[in-house]
Amino acid sequence: MNDDSFGRITGDPNAAPRLTTKMTARGVNVFYGEKQAIKDVSIDVTQEHVTAFIGPSGCGKSTFLRTLNRMNDTVASARVEGEITLDGENIYSSSMDVVQLRARVGMVFQKPNPFPKSIYENVAYGPRIHGLASSKATMDQVVEKSLRRAGLWDEVKDRLHDSGTALSGGQQQRLCIARAIAVDPEVILMDEPCSALDPIATAKIEELIHELRGRYAIVIVTHNMQQAARVSQRTAFFHLGTLVEYGDTSEIFTNPRETRTKDYITGRYG
Amino acid sequence: MNSRIPNPVAQLDMPGAAESAVRRPTDWKSGAMQSRVRRRYAAERRFRFLGLTAVLLSVAFLTFLLVTMIGNGIRGFTRTEIRLPIDFPASTLILDPAALRGPEADRALAGADLEGVAAAAADTAFGQGGNRLLSDGAWIAVRQAIKADPSILGRKADIWVPASTGIDLAAKSEAAAADEAAHARLEQAGAVRTGLNLGFLTAADSTDPTLVGIWGALKGSLLTMVVTLLLAFPIGVLSALYLEEYAPRNRWTDLIEVSINNLAAVPSIIFGLLGLAVFLNFMHLPRSAPVVGGLTLALMTMPVIVIAGRNAIKSVPPSIRDAALGIGASRVQVVFHHVLPLALPGILTGTIIGMARALGETAPLLMIGMRAFISSPPSGLTEPATVLPVQIFLWSDEVNRGFVEKTSAAIVVLLLFLLAMNGLAIYLRNKFETRW
Amino acid sequence: MTPLALLFLVLGLGLVAWFTARAKAGGFATPGAPRPHSRPNYHGWYVTLWAVIPALIFLAVWSGVQPGLVIDATLKSPAAAQLPPPGMERAAILSEVRGLAEGTIEAAFNPLSDTLLPAYKQARLHYGLIGAVLTVILAFAGGAYAFTRLKPDFRARNRVERVVMAVLLIASLIAILTTIGIVASLLFESLRFFAKVSPIEFLTGTVWSPQTAIRADQVGSSGAFGAVPLFWGTIFIGAIIAMIVAIPLGLMSAIYLTQYAKPSTRKWMKPILEILAGVPTVVYGYFAALTVAPALRSFAASIGIAGASSESALAAGLVMGVMIIPFVSSMADDSIAAVPQSMRDGSLAMGATMSETIKKVLVPAALPGVVGGVLLAVSRAIGETMIVVMAAGLAANLTANPFASVTTVTTQIVQLLTGDQEFDSAKTLAAFALGLVLFLVTLLLNIVALRVVKKYREAYE
Repeated sequence: MNDDSFGRITGDPNAAPRLTTKMTARGVNVFYGEKQAIKDVSIDVTQEHVTAFIGPSGCGKSTFLRTLNRMNDTVASARVEGEITLDGENIYSSSMDVVQLRARVGMVFQKPNPFPKSIYENVAYGPRIHGLASSKATMDQVVEKSLRRAGLWDEVKDRLHDSGTALSGGQQQRLCIARAIAVDPEVILMDEPCSALDPIATAKIEELIHELRGRYAIVIVTHNMQQAARVSQRTAFFHLGTLVEYGDTSEIFTNPRETRTKDYITGRYG
Repeated sequence: MNSRIPNPVAQLDMPGAAESAVRRPTDWKSGAMQSRVRRRYAAERRFRFLGLTAVLLSVAFLTFLLVTMIGNGIRGFTRTEIRLPIDFPASTLILDPAALRGPEADRALAGADLEGVAAAAADTAFGQGGNRLLSDGAWIAVRQAIKADPSILGRKADIWVPASTGIDLAAKSEAAAADEAAHARLEQAGAVRTGLNLGFLTAADSTDPTLVGIWGALKGSLLTMVVTLLLAFPIGVLSALYLEEYAPRNRWTDLIEVSINNLAAVPSIIFGLLGLAVFLNFMHLPRSAPVVGGLTLALMTMPVIVIAGRNAIKSVPPSIRDAALGIGASRVQVVFHHVLPLALPGILTGTIIGMARALGETAPLLMIGMRAFISSPPSGLTEPATVLPVQIFLWSDEVNRGFVEKTSAAIVVLLLFLLAMNGLAIYLRNKFETRW
Repeated sequence: MTPLALLFLVLGLGLVAWFTARAKAGGFATPGAPRPHSRPNYHGWYVTLWAVIPALIFLAVWSGVQPGLVIDATLKSPAAAQLPPPGMERAAILSEVRGLAEGTIEAAFNPLSDTLLPAYKQARLHYGLIGAVLTVILAFAGGAYAFTRLKPDFRARNRVERVVMAVLLIASLIAILTTIGIVASLLFESLRFFAKVSPIEFLTGTVWSPQTAIRADQVGSSGAFGAVPLFWGTIFIGAIIAMIVAIPLGLMSAIYLTQYAKPSTRKWMKPILEILAGVPTVVYGYFAALTVAPALRSFAASIGIAGASSESALAAGLVMGVMIIPFVSSMADDSIAAVPQSMRDGSLAMGATMSETIKKVLVPAALPGVVGGVLLAVSRAIGETMIVVMAAGLAANLTANPFASVTTVTTQIVQLLTGDQEFDSAKTLAAFALGLVLFLVTLLLNIVALRVVKKYREAYE
């Protein structure tokens, strides 16, 4: 972890270099049938930062998030134009394997969606399908490590073989995060991960996002501006399918360049 | 803002330090990983192919079944006829042409030995044993010819009469060697033709496959269905209304619901046993009658209508009920003025599907004796009758090979009826389907 | 007067009552007076119901009682003095008399019948008249009573609606009555059967040859009613062979159609599968007997299996399996569709392929629903009659050879109850005992299956 990113948030102009760009999007358009959901969005996601996508509902922030690991492929009518790269490699090119891509770019959903299996099996699912653990011992290690990293280990270590669906909402969401971590992704996409949770569970997840920062590039979609301000260092504001403004979180929240951003942040609409 | 963020470095160090030794990035480009991905995609393709195979197998089976039935059945709608020259003046027939023009024609013909005349004419025309080339009902064609034109009694006439099963089979497909030979001879003489068999659509059961028809069974089916519809539809709709709109949540209602759900899944033959024990042995209703068949099938169809009806009623949005109640309609008025009309298309669709099932049902009707040999169409609800599926079952048991194509033809007719009913149901559903 | 004519007369009176009452109620709405409580139509219906319902109830009761009264009167007539004492013979004569009077019998077999005929006819006329007069009086009395109650503030609508509710309730009680009818008739006849054959022998015996039972004169041959071979045959065909065909094909079809097929493909593939479910079973049976069974027998002969029967368990089971495919497929379809989309997304987002998602997430999650569906399918298969009647045999064999002939419960029910039957013989009653077993087993399967499916649905709601 370098301190440069910190310096940047505090607005230190000298602390800019040595940031690694993990993903880039250039001129991305997304269509659902005839309807255009995303219009010409270009953005960079950096390794060291938590990037927040904010905007009123229906602005396309979730849609755009789903293009980053090609989850839009599962919607028959969806069509993506433009270029999105991961470590410089176009993820929509034919040489990119979607199965591997999704292992590298993990995702956490709005509603906790643990599989109806045991806690252990939920976490072991990814390593198992990708063949990342050669033995039972390694698998145990991977599961423990992932659960620890998701801050859930102490709560569930005595009941790893209970059903994942029996956990509380916040625990389920952390289980889903553990599940995503288990395949050792490079980027984690979070689609409003706290919208179905109570404030205490939300606080835990936000804390977790802080802990995971730097190890993974994290992109989080949220409709909660306070949350964006709390957890992110970079913020992108979407409106009606376009990217209105993208910059340091502190800038966006204190000194937005665009009036639309300002109106949204001050609660004029949304 | 910054002050609220806990020090991430400190936070991460704790688990991170312990793990950093274990953690090494997955090399997705490695050969092992690549071949693993290839294997997974191969498995994916295999699985998808299996799914497609399963669907195609089912479709292939259906196609095979239909092609077999239609292929055999088409032949059942045709029959082979033989041109039979009869020299009436030279025959033993004593008939006064004048009597045939009056109202006594039928009686006069009934007294005449037309069978003998036809047999003798066949022997003359086709050599000894020629009679066996004709259907047992050949004389009926002769009778019709005489009725149509009594003047032929005074001369030699060629009359087309139905051929025997053997010749019929030889003309359409393959038959025993003797029949094939006889057919070849007839064909050479130009004395044989194959045409549409109108008798199949107008006659009833018979022991001779060249004479059978399905009208008797079809009429029995129609009468039975009328009884079923008249009983099952009102009872089913009223029950559905009660259960969905009025029934209080109590043990009785639960009992009714459990009963209906179970009745919908009880094997049909059990309804046959019920019909036998209650309607025939206890209430002494007539055996083999459409009214008993209809009663039995109504009990079987009613739960289907109730379940379909409840779903249709459930899909009427509560806002419509609230709106009607809000302007002071009583609960009965709400249901009969608003809910029922809106739910009716759905209820009708379910009813038609239930009726189609009842039309194809065989087992319960066997139990109540609708398997008798009935050689004339039933004239009333209490007359002995049979129904189309039972007729198919009876013909399928016949040894005579001529019945094979007749059975298939009857199946084609039954399937056409079912197709029409289901088509109507789909049409209704699409036409009136409302998305609330 | 026949009951049918009386029925129409009463309905006619009801129609008259409707118009009369409606006309009277139409006069209630005078300007200035308070608005009448109910619309005129309701007053009309109220009077009609009063005119029709009591009369019809009486008519129904009377047509039940009348024959007995007529017989009593006939027996009291002097001509009845020569009748034999009560018993079979007397009953035969009386039923002959009734046939003569109704015109269903043309001439009497027993001369006594002719002598009784005038007395019977007179009694019938007498009671018929009484019934008709009482019915009409009731109709008028009911109508008149109701008519006098009509007033502007009379709540006719509420009363009519109460009747409507009663009719609705009665209609829904018919389902319970049917269930009771089934249970009672099966139980009653089965108890008579178990009085002749011990239930233990029936449920555990392995020899089934009911044919000998009708030869009552044969010493020591009371027939054997060990139903185990039947149960085995039913399970073998319906729960084993048919399911081996139906479960994989149905499940895979559902998976393909819901997860892989394009919506347009799905749109026309699904109805085609549903056609399979709509084909009448007698058609399947004919197909099995005519095409599948001979083909299987020659196949068995060609690979050297001895004793292959043309009525093999395999032929019936295969065709039955095909018939069940759409059933399993639609149950599986529903169950898989009930798994939340987020599960599927969650797995795909982990980088699982579609087939991994289906095998490891969707199917396990949908398993209770699928199992419930399979139980329902089994219940349907073992209750299926025509396919096994036409394609499986009558030989009660205890064999696991699919090319051999086995028989099933439903086949035997049909076999026992068709053809010549005397109603009290153990052979006939055995059919009801088999029916009872079949009913109980399918009932159990259905209840368990519905409960499993319901629990499963609730889990995802």
